[in-house]
Amino acid sequence: MRLSLGRWLLPLYTALALILLLIPIAYTFVFSFNDYFKTNIDWQGFTFRNWTNVCDAQGLCSAFGNSLMIGVVSTVLATAMGTALALALARYKFRGRSIISLLIFVPMATPEVVLAAGLASQFFTLNVEKGLGTVILAHTLFCLSFVVVTVKARVASLDPALEEAGRDLYAPPSQVFWRITFPLLVPGILAAALLSFALSFDDFIITYFNSGSLQTFPTFIYISASRGVPAEANVIASAVFIITLALVVTSQVVSRARAKALKRNA
Amino acid sequence: MALAGFADTSSRKTVAPMRKSRVVILLLLPGIAYLGLFFLAPLVALLITSFQAPDPNSFDFGAYVYAFEWQNYVAGVAEYWPIFLRSFFYAIVATVAALVIGYPIAYFIGVYLRGRASLQAFTLILVVAPFFISFLLRTLAWKQILGDDSWLVTTLKSLSIMPADGHITGTAFSVIFGLTYNFIPFMVLPIYASLERLDLRYLEASSDLYSRPSTTFFKVTLPLSLPGVVSGTLLTFIPASGDYINASDDFLGGPSTQMVGNQIQSNFLKLLDYPMAAVLSVVLMGIIMAIVTFYVRRSGTEDLV
Repeated sequence: MRLSLGRWLLPLYTALALILLLIPIAYTFVFSFNDYFKTNIDWQGFTFRNWTNVCDAQGLCSAFGNSLMIGVVSTVLATAMGTALALALARYKFRGRSIISLLIFVPMATPEVVLAAGLASQFFTLNVEKGLGTVILAHTLFCLSFVVVTVKARVASLDPALEEAGRDLYAPPSQVFWRITFPLLVPGILAAALLSFALSFDDFIITYFNSGSLQTFPTFIYISASRGVPAEANVIASAVFIITLALVVTSQVVSRARAKALKRNA
Repeated sequence: MALAGFADTSSRKTVAPMRKSRVVILLLLPGIAYLGLFFLAPLVALLITSFQAPDPNSFDFGAYVYAFEWQNYVAGVAEYWPIFLRSFFYAIVATVAALVIGYPIAYFIGVYLRGRASLQAFTLILVVAPFFISFLLRTLAWKQILGDDSWLVTTLKSLSIMPADGHITGTAFSVIFGLTYNFIPFMVLPIYASLERLDLRYLEASSDLYSRPSTTFFKVTLPLSLPGVVSGTLLTFIPASGDYINASDDFLGGPSTQMVGNQIQSNFLKLLDYPMAAVLSVVLMGIIMAIVTFYVRRSGTEDLV
């Protein structure tokens, strides 16, 4: 059966490994309260100043705003196109299906730096000026495949009996889709959108190759890394961390409660 | 009337599949067109760029024309092969390290915590928590923790565990450490997904047949979780071999730890040597595709793709 050593060794090991994983998060959070001067490397004392005056760090808030906007727009684009692709792949049989699946898979298996250089060469060849537009186009691309994979898994796990019941009750196909299929897909679509936003928000390599003079939150950190990242950047990262964590925990709790309620009714 | 009726039914018969195929095309078209325009076309642009030569009629820095300059590849490989070797060496060591560190975590969540759903969810959230905070800040945090003036390094030096002139950052160790750290969650999640479906009765059967726990692990648990191990290692290896944040000077690396990604970036963005950056990208992608295909074939999990 289970390794007898594993009784206490495995939990202890996992705890230590998780602590290691969480150390940089704790570090970033703690140093968001550092009363730093010029460089945020040594601990100078505790202050709330960085949290109350986040935008004091020059260029930080506009970079953060750009990241939010890029994240939202490319998430909407990628989620719309990706959900359509996922539905087509999971629900219809057509010629060239395996090639299309491959076309969706390969971008995820391509190293980011290659995607970045490819897009940058294309924009360069076509004389497109780099900026907000090129970054959004690039982010939509790498989010697309992840959306397809996430939503496709959800479509595949749907109970076909529910749609059959709709058809048995003479609902036309469009009604079956919008009243039955789509609402059941919403959690999957939301998960895909969240993933897509997170990927876009944290992306550095593709952004840096295609952003020109535009700054996003990651490129801001990269550029200020050589002379010291201001603690205000830690504030934003910590705030984003707390909000994401809260969202994930809430969605977990809600879906668990829903599953329990469903079980009780069944 | 009869004719009209006939026409009506025949059109009705064809309407359903017709409309269906139109729906499929509508669903597929935007996404496929997008992937064509912004994935396939850039790869073609990259290939074309890799064969370019400096524009003979222009003195501008960074002006190139198409010239089927295949010698670019010879020059690129000749100049950069040690860096390719180093990149793949770092990526392979980091992947193995992430597997060794990550597998027990996945096992703990998927098998040990089986049946305790909320504890499983809690631990999984802790595993993916690093994703919620900026990748660059996470890596910079390690740079500061492992830096030459850090508390850790000065303590190790005062205890004579480390030589007085020793460094952690800027070495191969710190780059591989950073790569391992950053990609561990990619390793844990797919292995967990495999182990979560593992039927524990197989483990019981194995121990009922008097096999030692280690035999059970290597003969039963590990083979059954192989699909997760394969996708976890790919999800770690591919981004690790192309990464250049961990290896860059401002983060965990130094001049002697440059990876292919660093060279692609400096050729493209600093030296404006687009053909060389393209050559390095094409070669990197080619090698990764070859390794991935070989690896997936060998491990017998082709249905993964």
